[in-house]
Amino acid sequence: MNSQLIAQAGVFARKLLPLQLEKVSAGFPSPAQDYIEKTLDLNELCVRHPSATFYVRAAGDSMRGVGIFPGDVLVVDKSLAARHGDIVIAIVDGEFTVKELALKPRPALLARNPSYPPIRLEAESQVEIFGVVTHAIRDFRANK
Amino acid sequence: MNHLFALVDCNTFYASCEKIFRPDLDDQPVLVLSNNDGCIISRDRVAKTLNIPELVPFFQVKARVEQLGCHVFSSNYELYGDISARVMAALAPYAAALEVYSIDEAFLQVRAKDYQAHGTAIKDMLWRDVRMPVCVGMAPTKTLAKLANRAAKKIPRLNGVCVLDTPQKWEWLLARIPTKEIWGIGSRLSERLKMLNIHNALQLARAEKKWLRKKFSVVLERTISELNGHPCLDLDLEPAPRKEIVCTRSFSYKITRLDELQQAIASYASRACEKLRMQQGLTQNIWVYLESFDRQVGYFNRQVVKALPHLSNDTRQISQVGQQAIAELYQPGLRYKKCGIGLLDVRTQTYEQVDLFNPQQTERSRALMTVMDNINHRYGKQTVQLAGAGIEPKWSMRREYMSPRYTTRWSDIPVVKC
Repeated sequence: MNSQLIAQAGVFARKLLPLQLEKVSAGFPSPAQDYIEKTLDLNELCVRHPSATFYVRAAGDSMRGVGIFPGDVLVVDKSLAARHGDIVIAIVDGEFTVKELALKPRPALLARNPSYPPIRLEAESQVEIFGVVTHAIRDFRANK
Repeated sequence: MNHLFALVDCNTFYASCEKIFRPDLDDQPVLVLSNNDGCIISRDRVAKTLNIPELVPFFQVKARVEQLGCHVFSSNYELYGDISARVMAALAPYAAALEVYSIDEAFLQVRAKDYQAHGTAIKDMLWRDVRMPVCVGMAPTKTLAKLANRAAKKIPRLNGVCVLDTPQKWEWLLARIPTKEIWGIGSRLSERLKMLNIHNALQLARAEKKWLRKKFSVVLERTISELNGHPCLDLDLEPAPRKEIVCTRSFSYKITRLDELQQAIASYASRACEKLRMQQGLTQNIWVYLESFDRQVGYFNRQVVKALPHLSNDTRQISQVGQQAIAELYQPGLRYKKCGIGLLDVRTQTYEQVDLFNPQQTERSRALMTVMDNINHRYGKQTVQLAGAGIEPKWSMRREYMSPRYTTRWSDIPVVKC
């Protein structure tokens, strides 16, 4: 099972590309050679603070309205200070939940699905913001 | 003051790692067991208040621990290793230089206007970024920073940060610390110091160090200087590559069959070779060890050192030699409890001599090992391994209470309700 994975994933493609180009040096040098820097890496786009970034998997449909569906992988940056309107992972009654943080007019955790009521944040309520969700990654082919 | 040394030490590290993704356990007692679920090796703050002793065999306290409602975990070193790496990386911007001292401790060289504030910033950052509770001790020397850290842990009103930047402050603390708790002073040395009427750290700091050096050692003289705020120990920034790499483990049950022992040794060999390649090392001598305990025969252990034809870091070759060696050590009819492999006299690849007359590890073998490491690094441990190591072997470690590998396997990442 694992050997299939390796064959598909193109582990070596990235490393082989520059090598192939160097081989043509016997003839006319490739005009692209000087322009090869590196391939794009999704980490650069999604992970600003590697030591504080964690991945979690979404379950439930209370955040459909912002485009978070069950099975999505969420990128969570714990180093960011949560602001009004951020999608956050909050700890409510000892459990993780994904919600939108509202600080105005009153502090609350909002679902983005009309069938879920908001969670009011009172002064005495024990809510910790675990981190800010910066990206969601969906596999469109999964479960088909 | 030019700079201070800071010791950042994670509180109950393994137990705290288990709590990161289990906020439901925040105020619950948590215990972590050693390999094979043998002993309790880490107790969180709550479990400590329940007077559960550390380093006792788990089976002895199992009933009591369950009754008290403790949450028990087998050691999950993949998780702890990843969290440790995150803590160390997060600390880097807060230090002029950093020495990773152990999996859960780092020495930092810090420069700041307000050291107290800097220590608090480090502590708050690690909780925010990694959910890791830590204590910070700062002082002009490493030995004092260690003691400052201990004070930060033990004295609640310090809020986890203790800065010893003046002699008044450290002398106050030294007077309250028995000599055996000083870094580098064992219980035997502290007994001998007692006979000289030196009972606490302040008495040692004020002792005649030249005389003690003659009577004991230069190491003790250095400790005394450090206790007086004169630095003798600098950060160890690049730990020397290890000269030996040893991998020995106990089995979850007693093994009697040779093929199972050979699987075990192949799997340890591949772990040891990975470490070897990680430090760009090569070895030519391989130590193999086998231990049995049998009621009739009693305790028995045998070992052998085998030489390879040339320096190598090829898992296939080293594992094969290991399997041959274990076959030689094996006596049928005994029950075996432990085996191990050691790669001795490790050299660095760059110093390998080109030897025209003796064979060397081939380029092909090196390339294959690089590919194997890359794949395993990318897709998780043991994605590609030698068939000889067995697939889901029976003998592997007992880990009955293992938590998910939350940060190192896609299949194990935490599920969060929306």
